[in-house]
Amino acid sequence: MAKIELQGLVKEYGKTRAVHGIDLTIEDGEFVVFVGPSGCGKSTTLRMIAGLEDISGGKLLIGDEVVNQRAPKQRNIAMVFQNYAIYPHMTVGQNIGFGLYTSKLSKAEKQQRIAETGKILGLEKLLDRRPAALSGGQRQRVAIGRAMVRDPVAFLFDEPLSNLDAQLRSQMRMEIKSLHRRLGTTIVYVTHDQVEAMTMADKIVVMRDGDILQVGTPTDLYENPVDVFTARFIGSPSMNMVEGQVAGGVLTVEGVQISGLTLPPHQGKALIGIRPHDLIVAEGTGGAGLSGSGMVEAVEPLGSETLVHLRLGNNLVIATAPGRVVPAIGSTVSVQAEPGSLYLFDAASEKALGHA
Amino acid sequence: MTAITTTELAANRRDIRPGRIIVWSLLFIGGLIMITPLLYMFSTSLKTSAQVYDLRLVPAAPTLDNYIKVLGDGRFMQWFFNSTFIALTVTASNVFFDSLVGYTLAKFQFRGRYFIFLAILSTLMIPTEMLVIPWYLMSSQLGWLNSYWGIMFPGMMTAFGTFLMKQFFEGVPNDFLEAARVDGLNEFTIWWKIAMPMVVPAISALAIFTFLGNWTAFFWPLIVTTSKELYTLPVGISSFSAESSIQWELIMTGAAIGTIPTLLVFLLLQRYIVRGVMLAGLKG
Ligand SMILES: Nc1ncnc2c1ncn2[C@@H]1O[C@H](COP(=O)(O)OP(=O)(O)O)[C@@H](O)[C@H]1O
Ligand SMILES: [Mg+2]
Repeated sequence: MAKIELQGLVKEYGKTRAVHGIDLTIEDGEFVVFVGPSGCGKSTTLRMIAGLEDISGGKLLIGDEVVNQRAPKQRNIAMVFQNYAIYPHMTVGQNIGFGLYTSKLSKAEKQQRIAETGKILGLEKLLDRRPAALSGGQRQRVAIGRAMVRDPVAFLFDEPLSNLDAQLRSQMRMEIKSLHRRLGTTIVYVTHDQVEAMTMADKIVVMRDGDILQVGTPTDLYENPVDVFTARFIGSPSMNMVEGQVAGGVLTVEGVQISGLTLPPHQGKALIGIRPHDLIVAEGTGGAGLSGSGMVEAVEPLGSETLVHLRLGNNLVIATAPGRVVPAIGSTVSVQAEPGSLYLFDAASEKALGHA
Repeated sequence: MTAITTTELAANRRDIRPGRIIVWSLLFIGGLIMITPLLYMFSTSLKTSAQVYDLRLVPAAPTLDNYIKVLGDGRFMQWFFNSTFIALTVTASNVFFDSLVGYTLAKFQFRGRYFIFLAILSTLMIPTEMLVIPWYLMSSQLGWLNSYWGIMFPGMMTAFGTFLMKQFFEGVPNDFLEAARVDGLNEFTIWWKIAMPMVVPAISALAIFTFLGNWTAFFWPLIVTTSKELYTLPVGISSFSAESSIQWELIMTGAAIGTIPTLLVFLLLQRYIVRGVMLAGLKG
């Protein structure tokens, strides 16, 4: 076990820069999730940590030692790949045991480790099977087993759940999470799915275009996004964004009423972010905060609540109604957001200005 | 791909159109043309020398005398051994080296990789006839004439085999290799333990073609050997005809015995051969 430190880490493919010099400290035992849209450099960063990709610049430290030049095997790191990479010509037991290929343990000790690992992952009855005879979730567990069996300093996961169906995915999320709690080993996990990031991470690293935008706990990121990108990326459904204007401490947005807000200092154009869960379908307009009414364009009844897509001024926004309230499409509804639930962003730089 | 072919086959069985009848007839005639010499070979091998020019397919008085004579001849057994040894060695060598080079070209990025690949491919365009003289001069100067090595060296690696294996290794996902790399295997072991088992169909195709090609090799072994002990089976059999008179029944007997391993390979590995031809075609 050890701390992993990225200091100005750069990756260049020929002339193009995939990772732009990122700094990050991953504490021992932490569950860190890299999240960001496809192509933002998450995998590249992970592969540099694993030693599968040469580092073009900066330093990578594992347990206070610079490991830039070390081969993967010298870093004692285990990795789980998106397509699992379990070997079709070996049994489940052999696949798991492959993680011990270079270990000096005796055959009996290896067998015992394999059996223990199989047990933890609920694979004990399948050890003699071939991977072809396994379900997606079981294959995933075999891949995790191969990583676990040798007690590495960290596990690296690259989009490990993207080949599973939705139900299995949420089950595996919890399994990986509880495995982390049980083993206490550092996990670096890459995904483009913010739900995975929010539900699993101790610390989320939001990446875009080869840069780290923000690092923080799931709550941090949800409450205090640094910019429009993070604000819209974290949380589902995405944060509504409407254009507005701040002049002399007064915020105006076309087509809505605003009152009783405490604004952060700003002058000029602004973007106002409202989470769909803060924009409530209500009886009549008025009251403090942001309120307005508009025509319903679509509804998504989810049982516990209903997502209502409506036109508010020039903007299409999503609001929430209680589960049993399903407004008719084409009808007009009023919506309301409390003071303090709005996020203000500078329109030009898209940087966060604060809550309002 | 396979799904489409099987459904097509199923469909074919149902509708028998005139076009199909013509195709089947042509295939039947083609098959007949190919099998006739084979049948005559076996037939002649069962005849006495007096009956050789009696062209009946079923011999009047079949006899195994020729087999007893040929198999009893120590030279024949030596040639059979030579052919077996050479074909197996060359096959093993091709499976090993063609795969190793193909894998390197498919899975490693290095300077000059494309150039090396093109250079290997371009040798496919040089016909054997053009190479025989340089090979011969080289063998003679290096003292390789009349040796197993002299017979084998031109075929120890082939451009085609390298190309075939490269194409197949390109289909092996990198994740498998990287997973092994992270698990601490060295590059050679990754190739041998992970990549090779994943291209078994290609390896069997390569092995079958190489074995058959070398088992029947005639031209180069004939040139590079002068001592009878080193003849391969085809060269040895043909030498029957160089003796005082052409003994067709013995030539045919030798050929029949020589055909047996080929037939066995075909019958036992038919599945792989068809798949190999298909894959080689598809991939190429
Ligand atoms: N082997 C490579 N050669 C050139 N460019 C690459 C290579 N691998 C990745 N890239 C580029 O680097 C960027 C980051 O890729 P990646 O780390 O795979 O993104 P993701 O966040 O989706 O995992 C992408 O723009 C991609 O095109
Ligand atoms: Mg990726």
